[in-house]
Amino acid sequence: MDFGPYLFLALLEGMVTAFVLALTALGLSLVFGVLRIVNIAHGEFFMLGAVLAWWSVSLVGDLPLVGFILALLIGPLIVGGIAIATDWLILRRINYNPESTIVATIGLLYIIQQAVLTLYGPDARPVPAPIYFRIDFPWFGYSGYKLIVAGMSGLLILASWIALSRSKLGLYMRATQLNEEMAQAFGVPVRRIYALVFAVGAMFAAVAGVLVVPIRQADYLMGLEPLLLSFIVVIIGGLGNLKGTLVAAFLIGLTDGIISVMISPTLAKILATLLVALVLAVRPGGLFGEQEA
Amino acid sequence: MSKKIRDSDPARGPQVTRRGLFKGAATVAGATVAGGLAGGYIPNALTRQALAQGDRPIKIGFQAHRTGIGATYGRWYERTTRAAVKLINESGGIAGRQIDLIIEDDGTDPKRGAEVVEKFANLHKVDVAFGTLFSHVVVGSAPRAGELKLPYFVVSEGYHVASGKLNRYVFQPGISDVRSQMTAISGWVLNNLGKNVTIIYPDYAFGYDHRDFFGAAVKAGGGKVNALIPIPPTESSFTRYFPRIPKDTDLLYHVMVGPGVLTFVKELGEHFGSNRPNLFGFIDSLEGADLGSPGLEFLEGTHFWEAIPRYAQPDDTRYQKIYRKAVGVTDDAKSVADAKDTPTYSHMFGCWETLFIIKRMMEQSGYRESTAGDKANFIETLENAHWFNEGIEHPQGPKQFNGKTHQSYARQNISKVVNRRLTRVHQTEIADSLYEPEADYTKMPL
Repeated sequence: MDFGPYLFLALLEGMVTAFVLALTALGLSLVFGVLRIVNIAHGEFFMLGAVLAWWSVSLVGDLPLVGFILALLIGPLIVGGIAIATDWLILRRINYNPESTIVATIGLLYIIQQAVLTLYGPDARPVPAPIYFRIDFPWFGYSGYKLIVAGMSGLLILASWIALSRSKLGLYMRATQLNEEMAQAFGVPVRRIYALVFAVGAMFAAVAGVLVVPIRQADYLMGLEPLLLSFIVVIIGGLGNLKGTLVAAFLIGLTDGIISVMISPTLAKILATLLVALVLAVRPGGLFGEQEA
Repeated sequence: MSKKIRDSDPARGPQVTRRGLFKGAATVAGATVAGGLAGGYIPNALTRQALAQGDRPIKIGFQAHRTGIGATYGRWYERTTRAAVKLINESGGIAGRQIDLIIEDDGTDPKRGAEVVEKFANLHKVDVAFGTLFSHVVVGSAPRAGELKLPYFVVSEGYHVASGKLNRYVFQPGISDVRSQMTAISGWVLNNLGKNVTIIYPDYAFGYDHRDFFGAAVKAGGGKVNALIPIPPTESSFTRYFPRIPKDTDLLYHVMVGPGVLTFVKELGEHFGSNRPNLFGFIDSLEGADLGSPGLEFLEGTHFWEAIPRYAQPDDTRYQKIYRKAVGVTDDAKSVADAKDTPTYSHMFGCWETLFIIKRMMEQSGYRESTAGDKANFIETLENAHWFNEGIEHPQGPKQFNGKTHQSYARQNISKVVNRRLTRVHQTEIADSLYEPEADYTKMPL
């Protein structure tokens, strides 16, 4: 393939990766920012979104669009519910202790994975795209649905951005993030905000899972890759810094796309990991994070 | 060539004179062969009476990929294994003794695989272990089986057994290896589908077998390997690899395993559209996946290798029909219990056939206990076997067994996707799949 179309394909791939990654990583970053905990089970919420999408599409039968819209509603709701239950049953009891939370969410990761394996099975199951068309460029064809995924992710990110900066809930969240005790003193229901933020973070991952599933398939092990990439993005962007997360998602997504198409996907992963190491060494707080002296 | 009959204790039933029977049978049509095999059950009935009641069961350890990337295969391997054990037990067991199947999950993980083998030997004290599929798990587990002197039957399709890299205790008699499969089909593929070949394969041992042996076959057949495209086994998106397929490729050879395979085919379709090169794939790419799945329209008219046709064919033998029913698969290649569940049909028969081989060899060698002597007799008897005839025990077809490489050779099939189902267009002979053996396990000490 000539260089021009080659680069064009690389950019397309990178852009789709970046948007989905931004959506997933935003959830992780939000949770870290407010609760100051690391959720290792974040990727499993992504997987649950995908599996629930399969379930609701197969429930509706021959109407992929209806099934998909249903999935966009049901998926995040159920996953949000599970997240609230997790908060109440586990996180609250260990007092959001950062170390304990890591261990607890590793446990949660395995519980969700094995539950899905038992109930849903080991297969990778395909979900038809709600709107499918193939864009025929002169040099190669490309999935139209992939572009729709990028567009919808963009819209969702924009909508949540507006919600976070304009709504009362967003104000509460930012207040809690800045100073928990002070927020509580001003009447912010901190504990409820914690549960809510954990749920919203999980729902971001679930929505990304629903969007992605027609591109790939739903299988019980699919949560690992988004988890690793989200971590990379969140660390580079600055823990808990939403703007940094977005910038880092595009940085990683686009370089991943370009390097993996033009050179090798393995090299792209190596570079992303090296970048994490570099950021941690030079700017431990991330590119946009607060720098600790 | 003389038939080696071991330990002909009359209490264990008459010995079947396999050699003469099988030699003839291999060249004669199925009906004759069937007669020979049906007779195989009579000695069992005799031994059952002759043996004292209360004999302990034969313990067979089944190393299953219940979880991990092999779980789809694992589930069907387990179903097939249970069906075969049920049939064997109902028709008299092994020399009158029932099979006690002990299942351990190895998580499709080489390290856990070795632990499972150890558990079989030391905790469960099984007579033989069997059933491992994924090549990295086989390579990780087999050395431990050799150290523990536990007969270990893999159903993996990998070349690692025949290559001589493993040990005297490891056998693969129930399924042919990847090298023989490619040796058998490459001529037809090159002559009918194209000679400028690009090979897309998983970037680990199983994929390298395809790269090396198909690559060699292409050159030997007057073709040219245009490009080699390895894909990491954990990859979930494939579009990024397609620009590397050279424009003048007229045959794209693909073999992928793992959960990403459907995406692979779908993205291939999106990338090429109607302007595609010919495609030839190993059905491994779509084992456990429904050909009617969205996005697979693209495969219409392309060709696949199959060990045994997944969809019922008009000329299926009656053994194939009996087998299909026993393992609970419909003529449309779906689970009888769940139409959304597609079998791994070109691999799972290997479990069935291996179990019947274990049974026959135990009976012939007069195996009783897991002692060094009985195990040696059992192994040497199997090493002296040459044919396993087509029949209920071998529904995939006759097997030619090489005692030196511990590997069976079989007929292979090429099928074409027509109306979203696979229709067989070519079947090879066993002779087409033979290559110069590289190993001789019989020289290793027991």
